[in-house]
Amino acid sequence: MTVVEENLVAQEPVLAAGPAAAEPALPPDRPRRIGGVSLSGLLSLTGAAASGLCATILLYGELAPFSGALGFTVTAYLLFLAIYAVLTGFEEDGQSVRDRVMTVVLWTAATLLFTALVLIVGFTAWRGREALLHLNFFTKDMQAAGPLDPLTNGGIAHAMLGTLIMTAIALAITVPLGLACAVYLNQVPGRFSRFVRTMVEAMTALPSIVAGLMVFAIWILGLGMQKSGLAAGFAISVMMLPIVIRASDVVLRLVPGTLTEAAEALGAPRWRTVLHVILPTARSGLATAVILGTARGIGETSPVLLTAGFTAALNTDPTSGPMVSLPLAVFNFVKSPQPTMIARGFGAAAVLMALVLVLFVIARVIGGRGPGHQTKRQARRTARASRQDVARFDELHAPGLSLFEAAPRTEASATADPTAPGEND
Amino acid sequence: MASAHAESDRSDSDRPAPRRPYAARGLGDRIFRYQLTASGVVVLAVMAGVGLFLLLRAGQALKATGFSFLTTTEWQPDVHRFGIAAVLTGTLLIAVVAVTISVPLAIGTALFITDVAPRRLRYTLVTMVDLMAAVPSVVYGLWGLFFLQQHVIGLSRWLSTWLGWIPLFTVDGAQPGEPLASDSVYTASTFVAGIVVALMVAPIQCSVMREVFAQAPAGEREGAYALGATRWGMIRAVVLPYGRGGIIGGTMLGLGRALGETIAVYLIISPVFVIQPHILQTGANSVSSLIALHYGDASPFGMSALMAAGLALFLLTLAVNFTASSVVARSRSGAQSEA
Repeated sequence: MTVVEENLVAQEPVLAAGPAAAEPALPPDRPRRIGGVSLSGLLSLTGAAASGLCATILLYGELAPFSGALGFTVTAYLLFLAIYAVLTGFEEDGQSVRDRVMTVVLWTAATLLFTALVLIVGFTAWRGREALLHLNFFTKDMQAAGPLDPLTNGGIAHAMLGTLIMTAIALAITVPLGLACAVYLNQVPGRFSRFVRTMVEAMTALPSIVAGLMVFAIWILGLGMQKSGLAAGFAISVMMLPIVIRASDVVLRLVPGTLTEAAEALGAPRWRTVLHVILPTARSGLATAVILGTARGIGETSPVLLTAGFTAALNTDPTSGPMVSLPLAVFNFVKSPQPTMIARGFGAAAVLMALVLVLFVIARVIGGRGPGHQTKRQARRTARASRQDVARFDELHAPGLSLFEAAPRTEASATADPTAPGEND
Repeated sequence: MASAHAESDRSDSDRPAPRRPYAARGLGDRIFRYQLTASGVVVLAVMAGVGLFLLLRAGQALKATGFSFLTTTEWQPDVHRFGIAAVLTGTLLIAVVAVTISVPLAIGTALFITDVAPRRLRYTLVTMVDLMAAVPSVVYGLWGLFFLQQHVIGLSRWLSTWLGWIPLFTVDGAQPGEPLASDSVYTASTFVAGIVVALMVAPIQCSVMREVFAQAPAGEREGAYALGATRWGMIRAVVLPYGRGGIIGGTMLGLGRALGETIAVYLIISPVFVIQPHILQTGANSVSSLIALHYGDASPFGMSALMAAGLALFLLTLAVNFTASSVVARSRSGAQSEA
């Protein structure tokens, strides 16, 4: 405590001397520093942090009857900000003080959010570690395991398989329908497609439980079907559709107009332009859209809760009998008061989290590039293809060859070639 | 659509007009176009079906109660005494707490990513925000229930002790001076659920805002710097006014998500069927967790009542979303942004 105060006292005259000395003769204009780190900035930051912390310890320990870790942090942070503002004020003008303080606030906001992310992922993985260490956790279902059984008995194979089947059903519906609808929004302009776009945008934040309720109302109450994996797949697709459509729509809009116009100028019909130019160009973005939609769909509990029923046994048939997905299994595990069941819940949550993470990494690896930007491999392949084309053209037009009759035909197919490499990757 | 076809056919046959890029030509194109339109119609039908079927199923319950559906707090559909006054207030309270916490976080993080963070870190940070948006809600629920709750109790007690004179922070049955008093009056509250939902919606809000902030014209930024602005001065004078549409739109989008959140809220709160304005006190409720709680043991009439509650939630989120998209579309930045 005293050491810090001495430090501060020692610093203050030095810091205060700066502007006072510069005051009489106006220095020549120097550009303002935007960002960057300076020694005095660093010193006042550390000083403010130390004194804020000490003052809070004093406040909590001696002066006032406060308690609680979070309250402590909040008070310490507020004190730190105030002291930092005062310290910076010794050597800077008001604008710079506000700038410095706000920079710290922005840093704090970002740090808070990312700390929360790390805490959430880390906590789930940490609590799930007990269950994850047992191999049977991945290969057995819960049919033979009661709530009191140890972790060496039973597992979540049924939930993993259920998630796989439901996601496959949802993807089988969402990908064709969603991509077709996104192409529709882009290719057939008009009042109706604008209306569809507005509806899709409004549905992006459709509460997932409402999607579940809708399938419940139509499929189970209306058509009299039983709860099954198929119904859950439908519910997940209702939820995923707007997300996939909207993300693909954005990607398709980014396809350079020059490419489409080039295809049009070559006389390609529109469906060929879409299939051979637009979709291949936007492929990585579309894959990202689908994968991110899948990541959202996989993690949804509430639509599955309403439509899939619950079972502890492995069920491979989505059309009959209840089926369980990973999030639903997590939800049911942690509702139990038994510590082993809760450990299983965390294990299943960690598996789910890992699944989402893997999907995310895949999306980043194949996505992340704008339309028309190729990987090195694709660029090499395109270059090779066009070199071959050049060679072929030279050969065709070489004097003395009687291939002139066939030339227009070959040329037409050759023009389609540059897009082909993008397609068969 | 049909008139467009007729028009293109005529112009093709009459005179050699320049090709109209958007008119369908030839059989293949026409089939292709019909397929696309069909997919659009199917998607629209699915979206409209959500509202329609909920309304259809909810009709029975709504007819039985009439207007009192909006004013009753209890939920006993089998004796025809039910309404959404309590759950809807609970939903709104949780959403408001969530948005109050998440918006400063989201704006701060978005500004941090676009303007403060070291350039080489930006892509990583964007990825992390997107990843956070993809974390399943049940994982958030687990974290809130098993980790956050015990840490928040201290803050809750502190708030209710020192700010308890504000009605919102009052806790009935709290004994601030009693060191051995049970903490259970602070658990399972609107506040805890609100924090968890805030962390769920903050990344969504953040990515909308970041996209808009990043589009603030470079010329105007440099102009502000050239006039001697600090970085924060530039942000206040250029980025924030430019991104106002994105801030409002992102906030509303997050609000829409917060209103509909089910599992995380269900795991954390302990449901009560009274209007509970004390956000720090145990007991809260929301429409979606009501549905998740009662769908299993509901009679056919009870199911209809739940559908009515779902319909109310659906209409609420729809209204919020429409407001959000129209605000963004009308703003200056919305002219180019996709938000």
